[in-house]
Amino acid sequence: MSAKMFPIDGPGMEAQTTQVTADATEKPELAQSARHPRQKLITVRGLKKAFGDVVVYDGFDIDLPEGRLISIFGPNGCGKSTLINLISGLMPIDAGEVLYDGRTIKETKISYVFQNYREALFPWLRAIDNIHYPLKVMGLSAKQRAERVERLLADFEVKIDLNAYPYTLSGGQQQTVSILRALVTDPEVLFLDEPFSALDYEMTLFMREQIQKIYLKTKTTTLVVSHDLEEAVQLADKVLLLTRRPTQVAEIVDIDLPWPRTTEITTDARFVDLKRYCLDVFWREVKTR
Amino acid sequence: MATNIARLLRDPRVRHSLELALGPALLILIWWLAFTNEWVNKDLLPSPFATLADTATAIVSGDMFHDFNQTLIRVGYSIGIATLLGVPIGIFLGAKESIYRSLEFVIDFFRSTPATAMFPLFLLLFGLGDVAKIAIAAFAAWLVILFNVAYGVMNARQTRMLAARSMGASNLRIFRDVIFFETLPQTFVGLRTAVSIALVVIIVAEMFIGAVDGMGHRIIDAQISYQLTDMYGSILVAGAMGYGLNLALLILEKRIVHWSGR
Repeated sequence: MSAKMFPIDGPGMEAQTTQVTADATEKPELAQSARHPRQKLITVRGLKKAFGDVVVYDGFDIDLPEGRLISIFGPNGCGKSTLINLISGLMPIDAGEVLYDGRTIKETKISYVFQNYREALFPWLRAIDNIHYPLKVMGLSAKQRAERVERLLADFEVKIDLNAYPYTLSGGQQQTVSILRALVTDPEVLFLDEPFSALDYEMTLFMREQIQKIYLKTKTTTLVVSHDLEEAVQLADKVLLLTRRPTQVAEIVDIDLPWPRTTEITTDARFVDLKRYCLDVFWREVKTR
Repeated sequence: MATNIARLLRDPRVRHSLELALGPALLILIWWLAFTNEWVNKDLLPSPFATLADTATAIVSGDMFHDFNQTLIRVGYSIGIATLLGVPIGIFLGAKESIYRSLEFVIDFFRSTPATAMFPLFLLLFGLGDVAKIAIAAFAAWLVILFNVAYGVMNARQTRMLAARSMGASNLRIFRDVIFFETLPQTFVGLRTAVSIALVVIIVAEMFIGAVDGMGHRIIDAQISYQLTDMYGSILVAGAMGYGLNLALLILEKRIVHWSGR
């Protein structure tokens, strides 16, 4: 759990990347299973999780490409959020293995954005101090923190009064602060659990654009859980469709639409086709049993 | 003139002050009626105005200051000790729910035991001085703070702790940076109850266990020497102290726990 495990800046990062590449060549089976031989993968093997008598995952396997925006969609109660909680290490797994390009969760820098920003931000800290907090945990000095935060804010043209306390901000602004807090550590993998479900529709559309901006700028591996199929298709290179419990992969649908995806694209014929296809898979899964 | 008064009455601030003043005014009126009509034996109930006048004199002359101050200091020490010991232990026990469960009966038992019943024990342990009084008030207040903080921790929402954990925060850091703040509202509930209890215990202790000063001592002294206005006045001042402490904590809570309910 120590932040020291993570290389924080430039030289450390390079060292790690080279080590990882070397690591990947040592594991040919990983490289072969990818479409592109050099594609880095998140691999899940034999994942098992039960809550009491309810078995949510039993022998769940999946390979997901890194550096992509992936949305997760499935029937109610199939464990969409549970899946990212498990693979992000937020929730302990009963059995199985999760590797990020051969490294464990603890060796990987992850960030997590919660559905309920009201309960995830620290209301006793100003918005700016919320964003500083993960860097403080990492043990960075005030000067290093200020530099990082400044760089992040410059990248995303944030128009929020960050000296305000979170509860004085609007829902969208609060979730933006949450997302900034998640991004400030330069995560290798970003998890978002139904990030916009507590926002009104107008704000949701705006936030979908924001997420795309972040993804296109940083190319961070991003996993978004969504309960809205339109959103799942709009915000993804790949839509991961799940089955009912015990949950398996129903299908991984490639969304080969151009970025950025504006709201207009949702009425585009190709978009509608992809969405309908996903919906068909979804219904098939819902109706089985 | 009449229109001026009517206009003044329409001012919401004036109305609000009048509403606030109504209760105390009624109390004094009933007290005065009881006094003039001799509903109560005159040897037991002085005139409200004589009482207020004597009390005001005692306050202005500084005669009451020493007693007031001594009681306040004793309550302050008890609450200080109870907080310093209660908050960290409460957080610890709240986090280790199994330990709390096994201690719950003992905590509940002593929380339900009248603190005054333990006077003789504390006298044996600490002697007749201030230490015994402060110790017993601190003990009673400590249990209340401990109990409230522990429950605050047990009922704290998980999301913020998970958020901190996902950032790689250590357990100690989560306690200090998240759980402590998360339980502050409940801690203040405990603090306010604890202050009331500490004040009760200190006043009673000052009456009966060898005090030479303090409001409790003053009240019982006035009763024994049959200084009726002083006795009634001292009771009112002790009440004002309790009310004031509660109010001060409420204001402090509003400033510190600024996010509460928002």
